[in-house]
Amino acid sequence: MNWKRAAIASLFAIPVILLFAWGMTKDPKDIPSPLPGREAPTFALDVFAPGQPPLLRNVGDTIRLADMKGEVVVLNFWASWCLACRDEHSTLSEVARSYAGKPVHFYGVLYNDAPVNGTNWIAEMGGQSYPSLNDPKARTAIDYGLYGVPETFFLDRNGRVAYKHTGPVPAAVIARVVDSLMAAPAATPAAPSPAPAGAASQPKAGG
Amino acid sequence: MIGTLARDALLVSLAVIAFGLVIGPVAIARGKREWIPLSYAAIYTNFLLVTIATVSMVVALVTHDFSVAYVAQVGSRATPLLYTVISLWGALEGSILFWGWVLAMYAAAVVWINSKRPGNLVPYAGTALLGVMLFFAILLIGPANPFGVVSPVPADGPGPNPLLQNHILMAIHPPLLYLGYVGMAVPFAFAVGAMLSGEVERDDWIRITRRWTLASWAFLSAAIIAGMWWSYEVLGWGGYWAWDPVENASFIPWLTATAFLHSAMVQERRQMLRLWNLNLVVGTFVLTILGTFLTRSGIISSVHAFTTGTIGYFFLGFIAVVLISALVMVAGVSDRLKTVGHFDSPASRETVFLLNNLFLTAFCFTVLVGTLFPLVAEAFRGVKVSVGEPFFNKMTLPMMVALLFLMGVGPALPWKSASPDEVKHKLLPPVIGAVLFAAVGLLMGIRNVYGVLAFACTGYAVVANLREFYIGSAARRSAHGEGWFTALTRLIAGNRRRYGGYVSHIGVFFVALGIAASSSLRTEREATLEPGQSVVLAGRTARLKSVWGREEPQRSVIGVTLEIMNGDVVSGKVEPRMNFYPMSQQPVPTPDVKSYAAGDLYANLQAFQPQGKNATVKLIWEPLVPWIWFGGGIVVLGAIVGIWPNRRRSAA
Repeated sequence: MNWKRAAIASLFAIPVILLFAWGMTKDPKDIPSPLPGREAPTFALDVFAPGQPPLLRNVGDTIRLADMKGEVVVLNFWASWCLACRDEHSTLSEVARSYAGKPVHFYGVLYNDAPVNGTNWIAEMGGQSYPSLNDPKARTAIDYGLYGVPETFFLDRNGRVAYKHTGPVPAAVIARVVDSLMAAPAATPAAPSPAPAGAASQPKAGG
Repeated sequence: MIGTLARDALLVSLAVIAFGLVIGPVAIARGKREWIPLSYAAIYTNFLLVTIATVSMVVALVTHDFSVAYVAQVGSRATPLLYTVISLWGALEGSILFWGWVLAMYAAAVVWINSKRPGNLVPYAGTALLGVMLFFAILLIGPANPFGVVSPVPADGPGPNPLLQNHILMAIHPPLLYLGYVGMAVPFAFAVGAMLSGEVERDDWIRITRRWTLASWAFLSAAIIAGMWWSYEVLGWGGYWAWDPVENASFIPWLTATAFLHSAMVQERRQMLRLWNLNLVVGTFVLTILGTFLTRSGIISSVHAFTTGTIGYFFLGFIAVVLISALVMVAGVSDRLKTVGHFDSPASRETVFLLNNLFLTAFCFTVLVGTLFPLVAEAFRGVKVSVGEPFFNKMTLPMMVALLFLMGVGPALPWKSASPDEVKHKLLPPVIGAVLFAAVGLLMGIRNVYGVLAFACTGYAVVANLREFYIGSAARRSAHGEGWFTALTRLIAGNRRRYGGYVSHIGVFFVALGIAASSSLRTEREATLEPGQSVVLAGRTARLKSVWGREEPQRSVIGVTLEIMNGDVVSGKVEPRMNFYPMSQQPVPTPDVKSYAAGDLYANLQAFQPQGKNATVKLIWEPLVPWIWFGGGIVVLGAIVGIWPNRRRSAA
């Protein structure tokens, strides 16, 4: 065994490994979404799952983005066939309930699924605190450039997309983003809303 | 329930591998030969346990046991049985399980076939394979555990990725790829065995290794061709190769393995290129691990990449261990690898093999650089770039043409050295083939330089290779008075390795002509047709008969029927469709292909009116594309001829 040669040769591995290690910190799919900072696509969707008091809405009510001016909106796209949606279900439900009475709305948006599957799923998962909307033909999902489910959009008080989260969203992220959006002043048209901390490091998509 | 059984089997297999990994080297170090079978027993037991886990997964998939996380992720009650079974490799965790199973199978086969061989080569090779299996066992217990428990149990799942349940080739391409890719671990294990046992100074290990490499190479070749075919039949753009990072990942080790299959002959015959061959074997395996890392870590974006969690870091660790230990071992033994023979003359087969190796490794390096460049660019310049087809085509076309030419020169030249007369007799006649093929290419309408050169070099090589069959058979005819057919079959049977190689060459020529013609002469037309209207492309008329729709359990389908007209007679039809899967918002285009000897009529449905009033179709004339698939089959056939065990050499 020629150890001197062996040691020299092994040095060649190091830059390659360092390059890969660095590459692992990057998400190749993280092509920055053009949406954050832009005006959120409008929607008018019907409630198919009512949620629970105090966030209850009647089935069949039409929810319009335009009606929620000045308040923060959290849109969570989900489906009954999505495994990762199960992971985030209880978190979202609890966090949404804890914000009841504050100027923030939580809505689920059913993606490529039948409302009856959605209702069954909610029942099976032990209920959902906030209402869910039906999105026929995935029109709204397309407007929002949905990559997959679950995906969660946070709209600021001026109706702009502030942050998009791909994959199951942790409670801490919701709280941080929603709190900072509620604290930000409403209606300052020219100034782009600053992306909240955490917006830069989107976790990789799950499920 | 079945998930628990499988998980227990995997846990036990981890322990069994760890035991085997320790007992083998200890037995060798202490000189206790009688302990070595214990390490082999570990390999067999591991195969049994991973088989239990894999079969359990298939059962869970087929019985729609959605309590198993992987089934809940890829299963669906509406998916047809075949696609349910093959979703075993449709997503990350299942593919790692299947991978581990193929590896365990190879390891068991290696021990089964070679355990009687004296010396420490096989015990060390077994230990190396156990080392690789340890890594996959850890993945299956930890970050890629497919048997996680889902609670509450979902009633149904999303089904496999629509692209993966749209064509039968998905049942063929991935297993072939795994067999080829994972199989390269065996030559590597023998290389490690040779280095650790000291046998690396002799050439016998190369003989064993070459056989295993040839088998894996045959699987990998078939897999690459099947992957091209799948992409062609499914993706709807009418192409078969896009230099996608993951296509490259399968192609890069294929190039080094091909180089090794040729240069190994030089070592066997002339005791040369020993260190080079060791590097090729080790390098091929490292490149397969690199390819796995690229496809499974999420480091590079690609149509093939799976969504991932922490598994990338495990792969990073593994690739670091493999790369450093391989470099240390090879560099450590390098000064013991003395070359005995030397190159006698530039006009010899070994010189051509050397050139072939230089081109193949340069090819490999080019593709590797192109694949990794986006990563390097982002690291050093902070910009996202993509390296597109123009780079790869520009860089690799000259090398492809040169390799085709060498495929004609190599078989014609003898070992050691050829006299000037011999060179003239052997190398001049194939020029007729070059002229002939170039003329055919020009007549077909090829006008680009590389297209014509590819035809010319292929023509040269076709004549040179066929001539070898002819000369050999003619010699047998005059020596034994055999008929042409008997002479030819006995010629091949008498030297399977050599003539198997030439058969594979002929397969490559079909592939080369297919690629050269289809990339130079492809024509396409897009037309919006009402029923009864027709469109003409490359002398063929297609008439829209109807726009139709139907519901299938797992999807809805919109399709059109186009009749191919021969005058007023319907001579065939194509039915391109769009499949709508519930979990995918985009329709999955499903082209249809009508094949002729001269090429394919490729039809893709672009758009349709909801009432079926009209439809927009894209028709592509793809000259000689069927030749690529046919040639791929011949390549594999040649490899099978080469691997087939010699029963009794004929008296000649």
